[in-house]
Amino acid sequence: MAALINVPAKARRGDVIEIRALTSHIMETGFRHTVDGKLVPRDIITSFTCRYNGAEIFRADLFPAIAANPYLSFFTVAKESGKLEFEWIGDNGYSSTASASITVE
Amino acid sequence: MPTTRRQFLSLAGGVTAAGTVPVVTLRPLQATPAMLNHAIRNIVGEAPIRTGRVKLDIPPLVENGNVVPMTVSVASPMTADDHVKSIHVFNEKNPQPNIGNFCLGPASGRAQVSTRIRLADTQKVVAIARLSDDTFWQVAADVVVTLAACTEEMN
Repeated sequence: MAALINVPAKARRGDVIEIRALTSHIMETGFRHTVDGKLVPRDIITSFTCRYNGAEIFRADLFPAIAANPYLSFFTVAKESGKLEFEWIGDNGYSSTASASITVE
Repeated sequence: MPTTRRQFLSLAGGVTAAGTVPVVTLRPLQATPAMLNHAIRNIVGEAPIRTGRVKLDIPPLVENGNVVPMTVSVASPMTADDHVKSIHVFNEKNPQPNIGNFCLGPASGRAQVSTRIRLADTQKVVAIARLSDDTFWQVAADVVVTLAACTEEMN
C-alpha cells in the first residue's frame, strides 16, 4: 500500500519538527448500506504508531470517523540522526509499514 | 364484496401477530449526546473537565462531511514534568461518538495533531486533552455540514 511520509531530511538538534503521514486506505465505516440494503462490513485502520530510533513518539487510535486515506500530522523533537518508522494496523489483518531517515546536526 | 375497514384491520392484526411483518431495526443511526457523554466518561472517568488550554481548529461550515480537516493544539511547554499525555476527539451525532485518540509525550515537543475526519451531520466536535498531572481540559466547536458522510448508500 502506498504511503506518503513527509519528514525533514535535515534538522538542528533540539528543533521541533513536523511529521506528516498519509496512507491509502478505504476506511469503510461499517455503517453504510448497499442499494439493496446490505450492510457494508467495516474495514478501517485502527491504530497508527510512529517510532523514532525504536522509541515510540506518537500513537493514534483511529475510528470510522477518520476520513478515507488517513492523514496525520504531529511533532517531535529532533534528538539524533536515525530512522522514523511508521506502522498502520487495521481490520482483517491489515498491516503496513513505512520509514524515513533524518540527519540531525 | 369490497373489504370493510373492520375486516382489513383484523387481517392486519393477524398478520402482525404471526410475525410476518418485516422487523424494523431500531439501532439509532446517530450517536446521541448521551453516547457522547458516555464516551467521554470512558476516557476521563470521574475527573472534572475544565474548559480552556485546548484549541480546536475546524471549519465552521463544511460542504463535504467526508473530509473535514481538523487541528487540535494544547498550550503546554511539553517538558518531562508538564506535558500533554493524550488528546481525544469526540463528536455528537456520527453513528459512533469517538473520532480518535492520540498519545503524545515530552518527545513531541509541541502538543499539536492534525487529521481529516468525517461528520455525518451538523454537530458539535469536542477535543479533550489529558495533561501529565492527570487534569483534563476541553474545547468544543460547532460545525455546520451541508453534505453528510458515513451513512449514505454505497453505489
